[in-house]
Order: sequence, then structure tokens, then C-alpha cells
Amino acid sequence: MDPTDIARWQFAITTVYHFLFVPITIGLSAIIAGYEITWLRTRDERWLRLTKFFGKLFLINFAIGVVTGIVQEFQFGMNWSDYSRFVGDIFGAPLAVEGLLAFFLESTFLGLWIFGWDRLSPKLHAACIVLVHVGTLFSAYFILAANSWMQNPVGYAFNPDTGRAEMNDFAAVLFNKVQLVTFPHVVLSAYMTGAAFVVAVAVWHLRRARTDADRAVYRPAVRTGAWIMLVAALGVVLSGDVQGKIMTEVQPMKMAAAEGLYDTEAPADFSIFQLGTLDGEKETFSVKVPGLLSYLATGTTDGEVEGINQLREQYRETYGSDPGAAYYSPGDYTPIIPLTYWTFRLMIGLGMAGAALALWILWATRKDRVPQGKVVLAAAIALPLLPLFANSFGWIFTEMGRQPWAVFGLMTTAHSVSPGLTTTEAWISLITLTAVYGVLAVVEVRLLLTWIGKGADELPPDVPTDSGEDRPLAFAY
Amino acid sequence: MELTTVWFSLIAILWIGYFTLEGFDFGVGMLLPVLARDDTERRVMINTIGPVWDGNEVWLLVAGGATFAAFPEWYATLFSGFYLPLLLILVALIVRGLAFEYRAKRPDDRWKSRWDMAIIVGSFVPALLWGVAFANILRGVEIDADLEYVGGFFDLLNPYALLGGLTTLALFVTHGALFIALKTDGEIRHRARNLAVRAVVVTAVLAVAFLAWTQQQTGTVSSAVAFAVAALALIGAGIAAQAGREGWAFLGTFVTIALAVGGLFLALFPDVMPSTLVGGTSLTTTNAAATAYTLKIMTVTAVIFTPLVLAYQGWTYWVFRKRIATHHIPASSPAEPAGTR
Ligand code: HDD
Ligand code: HEM
Ligand code: HEM
Repeated sequence: MDPTDIARWQFAITTVYHFLFVPITIGLSAIIAGYEITWLRTRDERWLRLTKFFGKLFLINFAIGVVTGIVQEFQFGMNWSDYSRFVGDIFGAPLAVEGLLAFFLESTFLGLWIFGWDRLSPKLHAACIVLVHVGTLFSAYFILAANSWMQNPVGYAFNPDTGRAEMNDFAAVLFNKVQLVTFPHVVLSAYMTGAAFVVAVAVWHLRRARTDADRAVYRPAVRTGAWIMLVAALGVVLSGDVQGKIMTEVQPMKMAAAEGLYDTEAPADFSIFQLGTLDGEKETFSVKVPGLLSYLATGTTDGEVEGINQLREQYRETYGSDPGAAYYSPGDYTPIIPLTYWTFRLMIGLGMAGAALALWILWATRKDRVPQGKVVLAAAIALPLLPLFANSFGWIFTEMGRQPWAVFGLMTTAHSVSPGLTTTEAWISLITLTAVYGVLAVVEVRLLLTWIGKGADELPPDVPTDSGEDRPLAFAY
Repeated sequence: MELTTVWFSLIAILWIGYFTLEGFDFGVGMLLPVLARDDTERRVMINTIGPVWDGNEVWLLVAGGATFAAFPEWYATLFSGFYLPLLLILVALIVRGLAFEYRAKRPDDRWKSRWDMAIIVGSFVPALLWGVAFANILRGVEIDADLEYVGGFFDLLNPYALLGGLTTLALFVTHGALFIALKTDGEIRHRARNLAVRAVVVTAVLAVAFLAWTQQQTGTVSSAVAFAVAALALIGAGIAAQAGREGWAFLGTFVTIALAVGGLFLALFPDVMPSTLVGGTSLTTTNAAATAYTLKIMTVTAVIFTPLVLAYQGWTYWVFRKRIATHHIPASSPAEPAGTR
């Protein structure tokens, strides 16, 4: 493999890995903030137990989110230096603003929240976790603005003298129309994922609980979590629908690739799955929903959807005169079709399966019922994994569907890589990071399982001490 | 002042923030096997930085992001050029960050001692390598006309750079020891102070040698002033530590680090990464910079939000101002299973 391929594998591995922890951080911080505020309002101790229990699980997850994020921040410079030179003027700004607005907020207030149980007033303490959540939203907004710019470059001019894209409208970058739908889609998927995690843990404990008091702790967590999942899933579908239309507009090839649609059709059918090759040569067995693709892409059931073959010609004409033309080689402009086809379906399919499971759990726990049997265990394991992998597939689809471009229409991935990067260096870093991440995955999952197993402890009795100054820390590493 | 100069200064400030703050985190990490006699004392040490280390590390992330935005060429050349050292630093920061969070999460001694090792090595490696990296930036490296680094890994390991590495290492050890002396109580506090008094001597020798060498190579009048005051502050820190004035001593190393780093940036200006290659091009604050528009946007953001960040980070230190001693550490680690599992 040449350095470009290795660098691509590295980017894909480190970023998809980072994004396993990100949605849980975003979703769980919101839910924990909800628990703590409910406790403040009702003074019902069950919510405090949930706050503390999920707070611990949150920290285990957050730690990996942070350390894998550090790699993200620097790998653009390490592996993608020509890309960084080309886009730094635009892309760097949201990244820097993200650090200043989001990362400081998250990390500082999380530190206060963890260690501040006996140092801050309850209201201030709850405000800290709310601010952590706000930080995650800022973080998501700015990094997605940077990514949306790569999907649909706006607010810039290409400067032939410096050979780079230069920003002339920051507002256009921040309020890119792709960004405006990507942000809700991603954040709502994160809420789905965080809630799925909560439901899974709580339903497992609900089934094991020995006393009514314990059941009374876990039941509300299951029910509220499942509702959050359902509502978020609805939002994900609605935003995804708008995204599809905008995508058809800005990157028509991605929509054609999502469907493996080789020739323009009107109306276009949506195939739910397809057997055989996806290279457009052979008739294969497939299950189709008439007109659905037209609807996804255009909003009407008989709208015209352009096919890969037509689009390839069109792209050649359009980008023949653009800076990217210098990089043009015939046969490009088409992403890997089976990959985009299946990742698109897996994103939707797994996510919807997760939502269906949430619905089933709501039904199974109606009116004080406690679901029994091995099914519950299976459901608890599957529940968080479904939206989690839907997220990964969504990203793989979005990013691979954009190929061969790194910045759509402006710069190819092949020209983004650091010119000085040697194959040896690229291998060293790919192997090192993959190995480290692999070990961490094992450690993290085992630790999570141990702590999930402990359950939401009874609260320690409140011992009033006269020398409050000298009592042990409420939380210590 | 030119916007490019403003941003050069702001990036200097971000690195100063990073080294003065995470500097003591690194010191605390490296001193773990030296100052602590048992697990409880190790936990005392770790808990002194518990609430703040992550916020301190963000200074690095913002320095990186700001460099990307304000000087894209610098970001690109620096991080692709110093590839392997940076990879080492990243791995070190990964295991170290996790170690804080995970070490007490299992009651098992092997588990704890492994994470302790991660904290020690994970603090040592960046403390050394950041110095090596900065020294190389100042000394200049082989950058060709396309602004790409063309030297190899071993070119980075020259005597001047290694001295730079040892200097940051020693500075952070001293800074960390003084932080422990300031933030703990009991025996460990005395041990930390005694160690600081000795460490300060070694640090002074290394720092004076390194800063003088730098001054002789690329120094200006202003960097000379900064270095001189940094050296005085270090001596002051030693005297204050000797006299048992931990607060003043810590302030001393804080000022030393701030002015030493500030002086390095003054000595570097207007280059950001000079080239030593014949026919190569040095990166400067102008040829590496983003456009005026981007710099303006970033300036507005920085002017509004930096004071806010400083305010709430400062408040955090205020909230956790109390000294920690062994009796503050909860008797059983939180991981002790409550009953059988
Ligand atoms: C949609 C959200 C999202 C996306 C697409 C990304 N991240 Fe992320 N990132 C977060 C959402 C997030 C977060 C929720 O804010 C995290 C996750 C866990 C955490 O600690 O904060 C985080 C942590 C995190 C950190 C550590 C912050 C700290 O120390 O507190 C860095 C440096 C980055 N990220 C950088 C990146 C970069 C350069 C990305 C792009 C390639 C990226 N992230 C993708
Ligand atoms: C966290 C969510 C994200 C995931 C899971 C993700 C995943 C991916 C994947 C799978 C690829 C394709 C790799 C390949 O074709 O070799 C890719 C490419 C790329 N992505 Fe993303 N991405 C994410 C967010 C971002 C963001 C936020 C940015 C920029 C701010 C970004 C920048 C890039 C770049 C520069 C490439 C091209 C390099 C390459 O092909 O590897 N990505 N990403
Ligand atoms: C009917 C349901 C859904 C539809 C119609 C849909 C639609 C889309 C579309 C069109 C994109 C590509 C956007 C682009 O590249 O411009 C996308 C991306 C994505 N989807 Fe979905 N999606 C659905 C469900 C889900 C679910 C259930 C999840 C996760 C729980 C999810 C997570 C993602 C993620 C993380 C991305 C990548 C980021 C982005 O570009 O927004 N999606 N989705």
C-alpha cells in the first residue's frame, strides 16, 4: 500500500473509533443532567442514585473519548499536510473555536462535577453537568461545520497565487445548509445512542433486582430512556430525509451511489436489498419499493434521479476546469458502490431496529411489568450496539460516498496526503495506534461491564461531622 | 501591530498556558514513584491534579487548533515533519489520561501498578520531547522550498535539542514537586519540598545552559531580558522553597516557565520554523499565515472567550484550593466491590 492508503486506513480507524465514544458522551451527559435536575426538583433519592451510577459509567466512556480526540486534533497535520495547507484558512477556524468554546468548557466543568460533590451547592453542581452537555453540543457543532464544509464548500474563494482556498464568509461556513441538517441528524443519533445505553443497563438491572425499592430505581430509567430513543429516532428519520434531498442537490453522485443506480430513472425505486454484483452489469435479485428513491431524493414519488453513468460524465465536464482538474484521472468520480450501498442500508436498518427494540421494551415494561427470560438479556446487549453501529455506518457512508474528493469538487483525497510521509512512518503510526486502540477497547469494555454489574448503590447515610473540613473526599481517583 | 504578530503572540500565550499548567501535571506524574510511599500517598498526589489536568491539557489542543487556523503552513510542516516524536507524545498522552481515570477503578494491585507505570512514562515522554521539539524549531530544521520537512528522525536528536529536552524535564519535575508541596499536607508535603530544593539546583544549571545557548544562537534583546528574569525567578523559587514559602516558590517556577517559553518565542520571531537547508525556505509569521479575514475572525473570538476561560479555570483552582492529605482519601478505593459480585 502507498502512504495515501495507509493514511486513509488510519484516519478511518481512528475517527470511527473516536465516534464510538462521542455519541455516548453527548447522549449520556444530557440524560445525567436530566436525572440530577429531577433530583433537585423532587428530592426523590432514586434520581440521585441514577445520577451517580450513570455518572461513573459516563466517566469511563468520556476518558476514552478525550484521549482519542487528541489524536484527531493532530493527525490532519501529521498525515494530511497538503490538505491542511489547502484548507487551513477555513477549516482551522472552526477547529480552533471548538477548542476555545467547547473543550475548555467540557473538561473544566466535568472536573468540577466529578470532584465537586461536597464542594459546590447542589444547584451549582447540577449546572456543571449541564455545562458539560452544552460543551459537547458546541463541540459537535463546530467540528460538523468543518466537516460540512468538506461536503459542500461555501464562503471561500480559490486563490490561484497561494494555491489554497481562502475564507471570505465565516457565517456561510457556520450556517452551511449541509451543516444545518447534519447537526440535528448527528446529535439526535447521539441521543438515541446514549438513551439506548441507559435502557440496556437499566433493563438488565430491572430484571435482576431483588427488591421493589431497587426496581423502583431502574424502571423510570428504562421508561424515560426508551421514550427518548423513540422521539430521537423520529427526529433522526425526519432530518435524514431532508439530508437526502440536500445531498442529492450538492453531491448527486452520493445519492446514486447509495442506491447503486447506474442509469437515470424517473420514477426511481429503492431497493431494500440486492443479491449479486452491484456493478450495474447484471440483472440481480432485489426487493424494491417503487418510487421510494425518487421520494428520498426529490420529495416526489416520480421525480428523476440521476444515475452514476450520467453523473460521471457530468462531473468530468464540471470539474474539468476546476483546480481539481489538475488531479483528474479518468475513471474517477465514482465511490466504491457496494460500500456506499450497504453502509447506507445498515445505517437506516440498524438504527430503526434499535428504535423497534425500544418500542418493544416500552410494551414489555408497561404497568409495572418486568420482562423475563433470556430475550431481555439479548435485547440488552443488542440495544446500544444497534444505534452505535448505525452511527459508524452513517459516517462511513458519508465520507466514502464523497470519495475521491476530500473537499468536494476542490481537492482529492490522494492529493491531501503529506508529501513527505514515508510508507514506513505511515505503517508505524497505523500499527501503533491500532494496537493501542485495540488494547484500550478490551480494557474499557471489561471495566464498563464490571461497573455496570455493580449497579446503582444505595446512598451512604449522611453522617454529619462537625469537622466537615476533614472528612474524606466524596470522590477521589 | 500586524495581525500575524498578534497571532504569533497568542500562540505563544497558549503554549505558555500549556507548559505552566500541564508542566506541573507532568511533574506530579513523574514524581509518583519518588515521593509516594504507598498507594494512599500515590492517590493523594493524583488527586491534587484530579479536577484540573484535563482542562490543562486543552491548552495544547487549542494551541494546535489555533496554529492550524492562524498558520496553516506551520501546522502542516511542523506536525508532518516531527512525525514520530509527535506520535510518541500522542501515545503517551493517551495512556496517561486514561490512567488517571482508570487506576482506582479496580481493587487489584497489578492493575494499579500498571496504570501507575502509564502515568510515570506518559508524563516523562512528553516532558522530555516537547523540549526537544521546541529546541529543534528554534535551531532550524531542513525545510525545502515547498515548505516540507526533508530531514530524518535522527536529525532531531542533536545535542542542543537534547539539552532542551532535559531542561523542560527538569523544570517540570521541580514545578511538580512544588505543586505537591503546595497542595498536600503531612509527610509528603515535606518530602516534596525537600526534593524541590535539590531539584531546583539541577534545573538551574540545565536551564541557564540551554537558554544561554539559545540566546547566543538566535537571541534578541527582549529574549535576553525574558531569559534573565526567568533565571532569577528560578533562583527565587529555590530560596522560597528552602524557606518553606511554598506558594512563592511555586509562583517562581510558574514565572520561570512562562518567561522561558515566552523568551523562546521572542528569539524565534519573526520566523516560526527556520530552515537550515541551502535553497530552503524558512517559515515566517507572514508566509505561513492564514488570510487577514480568518485572523480577524479568530481575533474577535479569542478576545471574547479567552478571558472567560481564564475566569472559570481560575475559579476551579479556587474551589479546589484546599490541601489534600492521606486522611482525605476514602478508606476503600471506590472499586472495592460492595460485598460479593
Ligand atoms: C459530533 C460530534 C463530534 C465529532 C464529529 C468529532 N468529535 Fe471529537 N469530541 C466530541 C465530539 C465530536 C465530544 C463529544 O465533544 C468529545 C467526545 C468525548 C469527549 O470527551 O468530548 C470529543 C473529544 C475530542 C477531543 C478531546 C477534548 C478534551 O480533551 O476535552 C478532541 C481534541 C477532539 N474531540 C477533536 C476532534 C476532531 C479533530 C474531530 C474530527 C476529525 C472530532 N473530534 C470528531
Ligand atoms: C466522527 C465522525 C467521523 C467519522 C466516523 C468519519 C469517518 C471517515 C471515514 C470512514 C473516511 C473514509 C476513509 C477513507 O476513505 O479512506 C473519512 C474520510 C475523511 N474524513 Fe471523516 N469521519 C468523521 C468526521 C470527520 C470530520 C468531523 C472531519 C473533518 C472535520 C473529517 C475529515 C475527513 C477527511 C479529511 C477525510 C479524507 C481522508 C480519508 O479519506 O481518510 N471526518 N472519514
Ligand atoms: C430513515 C432513517 C435515516 C435516513 C433517511 C438517513 C439519512 C442520512 C443521509 C442522507 C446521510 C448522508 C448525509 C450526507 O452525506 O450529506 C446520513 C448520514 C448519517 N447518518 Fe443517517 N439516516 C437515517 C437514520 C440514521 C440513524 C438511525 C442513525 C444513527 C443512529 C444515523 C446516523 C448517521 C450519521 C452519524 C451520519 C453521518 C453524518 C452526517 O452526514 O450526517 N442515521 N443519514
